[in-house]
Parts: sequence; C-alpha cells; structure tokens
Amino acid sequence: MAYVSVKGGEKAITHAHQWLAEDRRGDPGVSELEVAQVREQLSLAVDRVMSEGSCYDRDLAALAIKQARGDLPEAIFLLRAYRTTLPRFGASLPVETEAMAVRRRVSAAFKDIPGGQVLGPTFDYTHRLLDFALAAEGGVAPEPAPQAEEPQAYPMPNIASVFRHEDLLEHDVRADEGPEPYDLTREPMKFPADRDQRLQALARGDEGFLLSLAYSSQRGWGSTHPLCGEIRMGEVAVEFVPDELGFAIEIGEVTLTECTMLSGFAGSAERPPQYTRGYGLTFGHCERKAMSMAIVDRALRHREVGEQADAPVQDEEFVLYHSDNVEASGFVQHLKLPHYVDFQADLQLIRRLRKEHFERRAALKEAAE
Amino acid sequence: MQVDPVNETASEERRQWLSILAKAQPDEVSAAWDTLAQPPAYSALRAPETGLVLVRGRMGGAGDAFNMGEMTVTRAAVRLESGETGIGYVAGRDRRHAELAAAVDAMMQAPALRPVVEGAVVAKLARAQAERRDTTARKAAATKVDFFTMVRTRGPQ
Repeated sequence: MAYVSVKGGEKAITHAHQWLAEDRRGDPGVSELEVAQVREQLSLAVDRVMSEGSCYDRDLAALAIKQARGDLPEAIFLLRAYRTTLPRFGASLPVETEAMAVRRRVSAAFKDIPGGQVLGPTFDYTHRLLDFALAAEGGVAPEPAPQAEEPQAYPMPNIASVFRHEDLLEHDVRADEGPEPYDLTREPMKFPADRDQRLQALARGDEGFLLSLAYSSQRGWGSTHPLCGEIRMGEVAVEFVPDELGFAIEIGEVTLTECTMLSGFAGSAERPPQYTRGYGLTFGHCERKAMSMAIVDRALRHREVGEQADAPVQDEEFVLYHSDNVEASGFVQHLKLPHYVDFQADLQLIRRLRKEHFERRAALKEAAE
Repeated sequence: MQVDPVNETASEERRQWLSILAKAQPDEVSAAWDTLAQPPAYSALRAPETGLVLVRGRMGGAGDAFNMGEMTVTRAAVRLESGETGIGYVAGRDRRHAELAAAVDAMMQAPALRPVVEGAVVAKLARAQAERRDTTARKAAATKVDFFTMVRTRGPQ
C-alpha cells in the first residue's frame, strides 16, 4: 500500500489555540481569576494536582489549574511536564509523620486514641446543602476559627504506637540499611513489584481510579474488611542532606495526609493473629485518595498474608499499569489524533471481507437452487 | 554521613537557623533583611538555582523508605567580603529567598556579623513561625471531640 504523508492544519491549530485562550478567559466582563486566588480558594484542587502531578509546589499547581481551565488531569499533565525541566538535587530523608503538626487526626477504630479526635477543617458532618451566601457578591469574611486555650500538643502518637507494646498491630519493617527505594521516575515498572514501588505508583495514581478500586474491594471484590485506624493531616518538615554540608537540614514544610487502615488477620502456622495495616500517604489534604490508597495497598499485600487473589484490586499488574492518569489519558486521548492510514488499511480489509462474504453467499444460494 | 564531633554543636546550631530560614515565607525573609541598616556585600558562589528534591515517606508510617513525589527547592551559596560562606536550601522557587537565606547563614557564622542578624532576622522569623504553629495548634485543639456517655434511663422497676 502506498504511504502518503500529509501536512497541514498549522493555521487551523493556531486559530484553535487563540479561541482556547479566549474561552479560558471567559466573559471579559467578569474579573480575571488570579493564580493566588486559585492557590488560596481552590486549595483542595491544588492539593490534588500536586499529589497526582507528583510535585509539591502550590503556585505551580494553581497556575496549571488556571491554564487547564480547571481540568485537573490536564493540570496534572502540565505539572508533570514542567518537572521534567528541573534538575533533581537528590532525595530527602524519609518524612516522620508521627512528628506532624497535626491539623486533623481522627480514628474511626479507637475512640480513646491518645491526643484525641481532632476534626480539623473538614467537610464531614456538613449537610451538603448549597450555601447561597457564598454566591453573594462582596461577601463578608468568615469569623476566624475559634482557638482553644491550650494548644494541641505535638507530637501526637499514632495508632501504631498506641498498640505497639501489645503486638496487636503488625510492626513496620525498618532495615534502613537496605537498598535505595525503587524510583518509578527513573526505572520502568517491574513485576512482581515490591511495596515501595507499589506505594510510589499509588501516591501518583489517579484518585478516581483508586477510589473505585477501594470501593470494589469493600463491596467484596477482594475485600480486606478495613477499619480506619487513623487519618491525619498537617505539616511535616522535609530534611535533606546537601552535598556542601554533609548533615541534614530542614528545607521546608509540606502538608501531608496519611491514612492507616486496619484489617484483621486470623493468623497462620507462623504468624499469630493480629491486625495488618494498609497505608496511604499524599501531598496536601487528599483524604479520599489517602483512604483509597490505604485500602488498595493492603489488598495488594495479599501474598504476605496468604490471601487468595482473584479480584482486580489484588492484581498488581492491573492496578499499577492503569493507575497513572497522565499515561491513561494519553493513551485513550491519542485516539483523537489522525489515524487516517490505519482507517484506510482497515477499510480495504473490510471491503475485501465483505466482497468474499457476498460471493460465498451467492455460491451457496446457487448450489441450493 | 560523617559529622566531626568537635563541630557537632556548631552544626546543630546551624541546622536550627537554616531550618528557620527555610520555613519562613519568602516575603518575611525579604522584609526582615530590608530592616538591616547596613547589609553586608556578598558575591554569589552559586547563583540561585531551582530544582527538585525527591520526598520520601516511610512504608506504614515508620517502616523503610519509599519515594512519594518531588518538591521544588531553590538553592544558593554566597561569600561575604569578610570571607564567610553560606548556603540556602529553601522549598519553592523564590530565588531571593534562597540567596538571602545563604547570606544570613554566612553572617551567622561571622562573629562580627552574627549579632546584626540573629535578632533582626533569625529570631524574628522564628517567632513568626512559633506564633503560626501555636495558632494552628489552638485551632486544632478547638475541634477536639469531647465525648460524653449518654445516661441510660431505666423504666420503672
């Protein structure tokens, strides 16, 4: 088949992008959205873009949201693309989430968790009624949030440390001298995947995909019967060892959301019965994502506890190969780019098959007569 | 990582002020610097450069490390005319923040200049951070749940 390359469309593309810019701006009679407004007032969208864009920078995420007209996967793509232009100085020391300056920490499993149930700024317990006061122009600033006489004491013990002495919860394995953790941004996926590789993929993974997987698990497709051991959100210092110094310094703070899910384990010949744990950790305040991640993490650990694995959420190739929304979106959306040659080839094939089909039918009919 | 035990106290002090400089808001650092009557001249050893640091978490919260994502970081290094060198590593992309952090770091190591910045910059920034942290901790404490047990009322015996 002759292959004919075609060119064209430059003018159309330029005009389309000009129209896009005009549509992005919307009605010029309405004041333009500032990046700082996105950063401050659409902060959970910013958190999601940083989390799945895998790059903590509130201003960049806010800019990406403005540029993408609020299309979050598009904004995530923009942030991922930007990060490839920057050099990497190195890796931080692991963040110590137990030392978090907690703004929110709740345990659904253990009412009397030391430090208490701290609700923080949450949508929980709101009535989900549209608040038309927010639609009024020139709205008055809300009352400042009340402050307690005694500040919350930090560090706040977490659910794992509370039960540590009783061995009721599985312990985290910490060798510290082990190999460098797997880095998906430098190495391709490999299977079977270890937990460090899985957690990195889940941390970058699409919230919607992980939410649906976690939901499927809860509904019985690979259930781990989870209880929410703890959710915490707040600020954690990031420590880094610059080459010039040779010792660790704090280079800033990041907001993180962490979730620990508990699943009962009846025990085996080697292991006594105890709770196993699933873990979720995200940039920003992404609670739905952190909870989903923890459920999926636990489901993917089926080998460690000898669970039968027959559900999608337990299939690590299925989960890890399909959790990244930049890859997924790219592959699905590439279908709208010209496939003229593929279609031409298909057309020829279908025409030939149809011709053969009708010839066979005609021959059969003749034979029958 | 090798730490010279003689310099460990000095390193610990330096860790403290570098942390305060990094956690400060860029405009706070800039404003504090602008209050200095005679800021010293310095030259760039390393012009401010923005890059990424790969942030690691711990599996399960306390286990071995995994890579969770990156953050933007800007670094700079300066030398004072008196010879002291300083570095700045700060989250974000603000070049002046990194450069001023490096300048303050250098001054804090110069016995003659330390009194100039210790109160006017480092202590001031530390106070602002402590206040913010305290406000947040009080707001958090105000949302703590007070549980009470419902008293069961029994019917007539």
